[in-house]
Amino acid sequence: MPALADLIEAGRRIEHQIPWPRAVVAPKTWNLAVEQLVSGRWSLLGLWGEPDKVHMALLDEALDVGVISLDCRGGRYPSVGQHHAPALRLERAAADLFGLAPQGLPDTRRWLDHGQWGVSHPLAAQPGGPAGASSYRFLAAEGESLHQIAVGPVHAGIIEPGHFRFTAGGETVVRLEERLGYVHKGIEGLMAGAPIERAAKLAGRTSGDSTVAYSLVFARAVEAALGIEVPARAIWLRALMAELERLANHLGDIGAICNDAAFAIMHAHCGVLRERVLRAADAAFGHRLMRDRILPGGTANDLDEAGTGAIRSLVAEIRQRFPHLVELYDNTASLQDRTVATGRLKVEFARQYAAGGYVGRASGRDFDARRTPGYAPYDELAFDVPVLQEGDVNARVWIRVREVEQSLSLVEQILGRLPGGPIRVDIAADNVADGLREAMALVEGFRGDIMVWLRIGGDGTIERCHMRDPSWFQWPLLEAAIEGNIVADFPICNKSFNCSYSGHDL
Amino acid sequence: MRKLLFESLIRPPLTERPPQVSDAAVDELARALDGVARKRLGRSLSIRAVDAGSCNGCELEMHALNNAFYDIERFGFRFVASPRHADVLLVTGPVTKNMREALKRVWDATPNPKWVVALGGCAKDGGCFAGSYAVVGGVSDVMPVDLHIPGCPPPPIEILKGLIALLDGANGKAGALQPPRRETSGQSN
Repeated sequence: MPALADLIEAGRRIEHQIPWPRAVVAPKTWNLAVEQLVSGRWSLLGLWGEPDKVHMALLDEALDVGVISLDCRGGRYPSVGQHHAPALRLERAAADLFGLAPQGLPDTRRWLDHGQWGVSHPLAAQPGGPAGASSYRFLAAEGESLHQIAVGPVHAGIIEPGHFRFTAGGETVVRLEERLGYVHKGIEGLMAGAPIERAAKLAGRTSGDSTVAYSLVFARAVEAALGIEVPARAIWLRALMAELERLANHLGDIGAICNDAAFAIMHAHCGVLRERVLRAADAAFGHRLMRDRILPGGTANDLDEAGTGAIRSLVAEIRQRFPHLVELYDNTASLQDRTVATGRLKVEFARQYAAGGYVGRASGRDFDARRTPGYAPYDELAFDVPVLQEGDVNARVWIRVREVEQSLSLVEQILGRLPGGPIRVDIAADNVADGLREAMALVEGFRGDIMVWLRIGGDGTIERCHMRDPSWFQWPLLEAAIEGNIVADFPICNKSFNCSYSGHDL
Repeated sequence: MRKLLFESLIRPPLTERPPQVSDAAVDELARALDGVARKRLGRSLSIRAVDAGSCNGCELEMHALNNAFYDIERFGFRFVASPRHADVLLVTGPVTKNMREALKRVWDATPNPKWVVALGGCAKDGGCFAGSYAVVGGVSDVMPVDLHIPGCPPPPIEILKGLIALLDGANGKAGALQPPRRETSGQSN
């Protein structure tokens, strides 16, 4: 059984990639890696293209991270998705953007490209003419008396756009197929050639609810590439913001899931706590969602005494009120009736797709990027990573509940040990005078691990940046989790996943 | 549940009221909004939110309008599920090319008289996504816009202020189908 390091050793090592190794490998090695994915020993962290290359980020059994790359002669490469389904949509996306043709890919329908861009393969060396709109063939479901329900892209609430095609037998969902890409903004295209400051703004606007996590993962990648040492205080402030973001989102989600089970009192109370978090964030860092507060090189704001006080009283309030809400959730039979055994995601699927966040952890996948591969300051903080095996809506609620408790503790620990000193260093352009620099970073957002891989050119601008939202590996699992449930339970299942549309569509 | 309900009896309400809970501005705004909304529309304004490509930041702050602090429904403002029920389309995001057609259809499905509010910096002119192969631009590139509320994202209080401005405008031209286009003041980024 090979280790990832052996495969990378076998390839042509790229010298300037930090902190995890990357190597250009032969097709044989590429296929060997695919075998490891299929066997379930390794996990796929990401797959993305460049005009003449395809890259795959992997996590092996020893939890080592690495990237292997394959030269695509004539724009072709052997499809990973034909053997390992989690790569399917990633390959379809790379095909749309770069014109790369995965040989053997079983699903060649366009994914992000809806035929509206006026150009095809926009990120290829030579973009093509308009792709033209073609009708999208949804996958078939056959059987007696089946009917289809089409939902979206515009949904009936304050929700992001996407299309869901249900095939149902009576009330029971036989098949759900998602069609996404409606909010594709071409972020990776805009980043190419952009100065680091502009690219950082774009990264922070990839998924609004994870603006802190995205700013952080992008900043960490830039800093790794340029070899910048971030001041200690900034590292701790960033973690503080990240935990506040996690709190706000988890509190909002717990309430919203209960609301979909017609239990509005939880929604109201959780909504109040979420608003408290946003107000504390505003008082501490000057923005409710803390947008643009993390920059490559440090943070934009320092935390003063008033801000510290706001966060301390926030923690005190949540500690006082939240346990009552948890008790209410736990003791309300009508609510449990809706969440227990609903939308069950099998442990095998969570492992196969390397599902991050509460989706994976509610289905037995014990992974948290804060712990492994880990990053500062979490190595100096005490926290548990809750894991459950049930995989139903109820389990995803409980993972969030436990993570709220962990985040409260983390916030307290950070406030208690916040080092002094500066909060930012300049990212000097002369750092890149010696040519190309590549780096990769992995950060645990509230939804799961977010990956960024980027290359900075000799002129100090972003040459290529790829961002992989956790939703890429969660959306397909929603299709699996809803199977056999009733149509009316889709909203509660969907909310318990709470995948990002914008983060996925890019 | 009993404990929570009992506590609610003895706790002061969260809903923004005189300065005590938070800014006096919210209360002032609440009174102004109430008067204007009542004058123009009796007591109701139905809002259909449409995400035409946003990062979801604006949606989060729209959701906040429904929480106990802002409780937008007490002014008669209501988020509705269908454009057929809407007076106002509240549109976010740079309009992506993949959403252009859907957005047009929502507009066509909304009965007159109708207003369009573009929410957030991206909805104005595409924001930092302008110029992308996948982005049309601002909402006004697809349909007439009556009001733009700036911010990235605009905090709930700014969205409320914007809605007042819209009603003020509508009152200035009572009976007209299309009120004057205008811009709210406030932070912009």
